[in-house]
Amino acid sequence: MSTALAAGGEGALQAAHLRYVLRLADTALVLGQQLSAWIGHAPALEEDLGLANLALDLIGQARLLLGYAGELEGRGRDEDALAFLRDAPEFMNLTLAEQPNGDFGHTIVRQWLIDSWQLEIYQGLTASPDERLAAIAAKALKETRYHHRFSSGWLVRLGDGTSESHARVQGALDELWRFTTELFAADEVDERMHAAGIAPALPELARSWSARVDEDLATATLRRPAAQPYPWHGKRGVHGEHLGHLLGEMQHLQRTYPGAQW
Amino acid sequence: MSEDWPLYEVFIRSRAGLEHKHVGSVHAADARMAIEHARDVYTRRQEGVSIWVVRSADISASDPEEAEALFEPARDKVYRHPTFYVIPEEVKNL
Repeated sequence: MSTALAAGGEGALQAAHLRYVLRLADTALVLGQQLSAWIGHAPALEEDLGLANLALDLIGQARLLLGYAGELEGRGRDEDALAFLRDAPEFMNLTLAEQPNGDFGHTIVRQWLIDSWQLEIYQGLTASPDERLAAIAAKALKETRYHHRFSSGWLVRLGDGTSESHARVQGALDELWRFTTELFAADEVDERMHAAGIAPALPELARSWSARVDEDLATATLRRPAAQPYPWHGKRGVHGEHLGHLLGEMQHLQRTYPGAQW
Repeated sequence: MSEDWPLYEVFIRSRAGLEHKHVGSVHAADARMAIEHARDVYTRRQEGVSIWVVRSADISASDPEEAEALFEPARDKVYRHPTFYVIPEEVKNL
């Protein structure tokens, strides 16, 4: 795929298209898998179901996107093969999505940052001439609006809550902020997709994201951390240690019993 | 955590329904959270198109001890049911 990208021309556009869809798919899949780990551990029964609902929405988005990616790839891999039989370097998710759950506040901050990003990206893609991608984005956008309502609501409750809850979410924000550089950092895939008219321009989305984030932070009485240079790499398939463990758990059954069904 | 939150009663109006029906209760810190919890707990299978929540403490209920006094007197008043009356043959529409 990388060689095709470098070669330019029609093959490069196809390679970029596939990689672009995989980035969206893998970010949703990895985040959904992370949230699933909260089941049975959330602070309240109602939040347990709330997080499970978010996880199911995200896994549903990943299924649609991976199914499409499999068709673009044209090598006969379906959504299951892509989810369960790829190794970490083939995953193109944002580095932020693979950061560990931490405490509830940490999970909320990660969720809110990605929800805010997905709101922009899905909104932008609803106008894409790629009808398949536009339809998936339109469905995902409705779900994401609720996700953002959920995560921003908790961000405000915790940020503007007790001194303990405030300190915890501010700490999570300070720790996770550096990964947000990657959200809108355009590489040749993003540029090619934008030039082809398929994907929205990232700098525009970044402005809109930044304004929304500032608004939520002000309500939550939280301080926006300073921008930090960060060598982002998740969407290029270079991951930290966390993704390997996550995939080990997620893929264990299909790797041990190939083709197992339930 | 949820033990510290007040209880809310949840009422859902289904797609075909005209009125909100009581479906259960959730714990929540406030009304907004109660609606989100009700959405997450009670509308997972497309059960509803509208949600009402009300603090359980704000509901005034009849006393079960008074049930006889309240409801027994209605028992022998069958003429309050429309089926008590015989409709004349001549009446086509009622």
